[in-house]
Amino acid sequence: MSWVTKTLNSTLGQKLLMALTGFFLILFLVVHLAGNLQLLIPDNGESFNLYAHNMAINNFIRSVSIINFGLILLHVVYSVILTKHNKKARPVGYAETDASTNSTWASRNMGILGTLILIFLLVHLRGFWYRLKFGSPDKVLLGDTEVDNAFIIVVEAFKNPIYVGFYVISMVFLAFHLSHGFASAFQTLGINHKKYTPLIQKVGLGFAILIPTLFAMIPIVMYIQSL
Amino acid sequence: MILDSKSPSGQLAEKWTSHKFNVKLVNPANKRKYEIIVVGTGLAGASAAASLAELGYKVKAFCFQDSPRRAHSIAAQGGINAAKNYQNDGDSVFRLFYDTIKGGDYRSREANVFRLAQVSVNIIDQCVAQGVPFAREYGGLLANRSFGGAQVSRTFYARGQTGQQLLLGAYSALSRQVANGKVKLYPRTEMLDVVTIDGKAHGIVTRNLITGAIESHSAHAVLLCTGGYGNVFFLSTNAMGSNVTAAWRAHKKGAYFANPCYTQIHPTCIPVSGDHQSKLTLMSESLRNDGRVWVPKTIEIAEKLRKREIKPQDIPDEDRDYYLENKYPSFGNLVPRDVASRNAKYVCDEGRGVNETGEAVFLDFRDAILRDGEDTVRSKYGNLFDMYQQITGENPYKTPMKIYPAVHYTMGGLWVDYNLMTTIPGLYALGEANFSDHGANRLGASALMQGLADGYFVIPYTVGDYLATQPYDKPAEDHPAFKKAESEVKERIERLLSIKGEKSVDYYHKKLGKVMWNYCGMARSADGLAKAKTMIRELKEEFWRNVRVLGAGEELNQSLEKANRVADFLELGELMIDDALNRKESCGGHFREEYQTPEGEALRDDENYAYVAAWEYKGEGQEEKLHKEELVFENVKLTQRSYK
Amino acid sequence: MNLTLKVWRQKNASDKGGFREYKVKDISADMSFLEMLDVLNEELLEKGEDPVHFDHDCREGICGMCSLHINGKPHGPSQTTTCQLHMRSFKDGQTITIEPFRAKAFPVVKDLVVDRGAFDRIIQSGGYVSVNTGGVPDANEIPIPKVLADEAFDAATCIGCGACVAACKNASAMLFVSAKISQLSLLPQGRVERKERAEKMIAQMDKEGFGACTNTGACSAECPKEIKLSNIARMNREYFKASVTTENV
Repeated sequence: MSWVTKTLNSTLGQKLLMALTGFFLILFLVVHLAGNLQLLIPDNGESFNLYAHNMAINNFIRSVSIINFGLILLHVVYSVILTKHNKKARPVGYAETDASTNSTWASRNMGILGTLILIFLLVHLRGFWYRLKFGSPDKVLLGDTEVDNAFIIVVEAFKNPIYVGFYVISMVFLAFHLSHGFASAFQTLGINHKKYTPLIQKVGLGFAILIPTLFAMIPIVMYIQSL
Repeated sequence: MILDSKSPSGQLAEKWTSHKFNVKLVNPANKRKYEIIVVGTGLAGASAAASLAELGYKVKAFCFQDSPRRAHSIAAQGGINAAKNYQNDGDSVFRLFYDTIKGGDYRSREANVFRLAQVSVNIIDQCVAQGVPFAREYGGLLANRSFGGAQVSRTFYARGQTGQQLLLGAYSALSRQVANGKVKLYPRTEMLDVVTIDGKAHGIVTRNLITGAIESHSAHAVLLCTGGYGNVFFLSTNAMGSNVTAAWRAHKKGAYFANPCYTQIHPTCIPVSGDHQSKLTLMSESLRNDGRVWVPKTIEIAEKLRKREIKPQDIPDEDRDYYLENKYPSFGNLVPRDVASRNAKYVCDEGRGVNETGEAVFLDFRDAILRDGEDTVRSKYGNLFDMYQQITGENPYKTPMKIYPAVHYTMGGLWVDYNLMTTIPGLYALGEANFSDHGANRLGASALMQGLADGYFVIPYTVGDYLATQPYDKPAEDHPAFKKAESEVKERIERLLSIKGEKSVDYYHKKLGKVMWNYCGMARSADGLAKAKTMIRELKEEFWRNVRVLGAGEELNQSLEKANRVADFLELGELMIDDALNRKESCGGHFREEYQTPEGEALRDDENYAYVAAWEYKGEGQEEKLHKEELVFENVKLTQRSYK
Repeated sequence: MNLTLKVWRQKNASDKGGFREYKVKDISADMSFLEMLDVLNEELLEKGEDPVHFDHDCREGICGMCSLHINGKPHGPSQTTTCQLHMRSFKDGQTITIEPFRAKAFPVVKDLVVDRGAFDRIIQSGGYVSVNTGGVPDANEIPIPKVLADEAFDAATCIGCGACVAACKNASAMLFVSAKISQLSLLPQGRVERKERAEKMIAQMDKEGFGACTNTGACSAECPKEIKLSNIARMNREYFKASVTTENV
């Protein structure tokens, strides 16, 4: 399979991996958001806890989430490889650059944005996923099955305004990351067309605004509710 | 030595065919035993190097630029002629031949020109096969336009960048042979001498422009594809690096220099704006299809314009002199280049020039915009208008363009026979570097044609005729002849560096340019030329006494490069003046004020001057010796050009 | 106008180099940027200082030899070549920083002169149609739709100046490479070798040490010939298609 490694090790192949994993993560965001929005259903966390429980016991979902972690890791690893490669391509930098006139800020700072999102992700996982998986969460009776009370963990967490603020800011980073990443992934895959590219760019921008906004709504609303 | 053009006998149309059959061939298996040096990688050089390598010869290609793709062929805008007759408008090989001979004012060799017209059709095929994106019609076939006053549409073009696209085609063919290992490329390497052994060209001496190393390269044949010498005028449309050095060194080693005084002045260039000017930019001749040339009727109005007291667009039609339309009712603004140029000079000499320097005329698109709308004009000339605005800061949609003639092309060059061989056996000259096909004046869109014809379709046949008679062994690079040439080159460099005078190289180059432009430019006279000769001699003497070149020879040293080139221009300038003095007639790009018709048109003297003037170098400080190649016209009747 | 120039000076490839400041006076707005440097060099020569070396040749925006990173942008503030940049784009009293194009694949030779031989080697790796001189069909034998011919032409106008590399934060050469791949893959003549060409040219590009593309679009925004970003997308398609379908294992 040498041609596979050859292709994937080329700068184009590495970019392809970034784009493909990026696409998957975009899909994941949608699914994750759909689940999380259930936090805002005023039923004392019933639908959310049921959803969290089903996620935990469904083998398909579990394997998908392992793949998801793998792809996040791949996205991170390749971004590190590419960044190192790109830094090496210009060993002596310019004394003066005026890049704001030729490209967007987000497009030039995907690495920084990605790193900030990764930090958020680690905090996020530590706060929820880790505590559900390895902690001893409270139990709650849902019909006749006893399930983890994930809802209460979230409610508790979002009582802290600093924590809420951290979430909101992180979603801003995500928005900027997506504002470039969404359309950029299409370009890397070779999808550039006079008719469709402007549409893709608009959809990408809409996506980059809508999804992080909805994500950010959750902690804000829950904080307000806790007051 | 009697100049033998080696033009084949027989019917004009059969000459090239029979010649191709009669030339000696080199066995395919033996071609790799021959090494050919190609100097210059423009259209002629790149196409020759690629084609010869494809045949199996070992090729070394040299250019002074950082890449072969930068050669100045790239700047040609208009197009390339070919007798394809795709437009069904009456074109033919014979018509292209006839137009070229007539346009050249009957000062070129019939057989060469006919061959050029014949192979022109192959060039287009070749370039299309390489992926050159010529303009096309909606049906997918190639588009043509009429160019430079031709009566048929035979010009193929790629927007305003035909030269670029053709050169990139030839460059790609060359690159393919580099990858195949058949061509070794030497960028940033300048040829500084030809080496002859037993009277035959056997190699060159070069300077590596990065390290300054002087090196010898031995070969069985040497091709000079080094372009023209328009930069002798300092200001020209040539690239800054374009130079005569390769051709001039060959001349000093025994190659005759033919018709050096034939200089083409292009009528539509952006005028000089001040003393700082380093080069002139051409605006495509196609602009004259829709633009109208004029100056104010009176000196008073012109003065107001120069002081910016009035705007050109406010001058009413009755105060404008559309001098080309008035003087030449049938051709109008589309008269040939030399006629348009000379008339611009006349009106400016009368004091009716329209910019601060007094050396500019208007090219006005007002009427075209009124007639066809701004959008149509934009679609035709948009990139040229943008370029004009970029350079001058004026918007040509609102105010007329200012233009003035500038040196553009040199028809003269190394004398070559039908095989493109100079008077030194084994040394060839191709493209603008030779003199052969354009006579006293070149038609628009014919330079690209000639460069590629020579490289793709002539030299691959004719070089074999010489090589087939040569032994496989070539002289070693430590042969005394190489060592001697190397030390001469080194001595000259050391001399330039050791003068440590007071004036820069550009100072002398500018002075030389002014002398040439004033006395050997659009109009020449015996008195002026004689004066110029003295001035150039003095200038040359002063140059070698007072030029300042800093730095060392063993490094990248751009002042040294320039000094080396300008030193040769100073010598060439004198020869151009000798040639212009000798030619007591007016023809094409050579206009002697003493020889004109009562209407002020060029007056040829076919009786006494229907010959090629080939000059032989006789040594430092000696007058050069004139040799004549009589031109025989069997197929065309010599007529006086008339554009009334 | 009077200007302060901050110019990168470097004796040779191995020298470390640094900025030097120069003042130039009475610069006319009609001068081109390079003519302004000519003025500086004349003054330096008079003072007995080594003139500033920079690449240039045609001075009409087509040969691609001039370079320079001026006030943070390749070829300076307007989207054109340095030789076509005129001093009316600057203000009296302004400080202008002039640096060489920076990339590992474009090593500095001296002062502002860089070696762009990498571009030649990329073309040599496959940027051509493999036809020998002679023996080709008549030019009108293969009709090419005007739209395709025009699009190929748009890509073919690349002058190989390297501004795309200089502008890219990753010093990526994708715009240059994609322009040639696009031109030839759009035309029937070039289609025969399109797969091999894509694979070879990209391998060579990587070998030369250029960076990867992050689709910032800076290359296209700075390209004096306005080569479009869609060429890079086309190159990606060509390359991935080639990788999957050629028989080169």
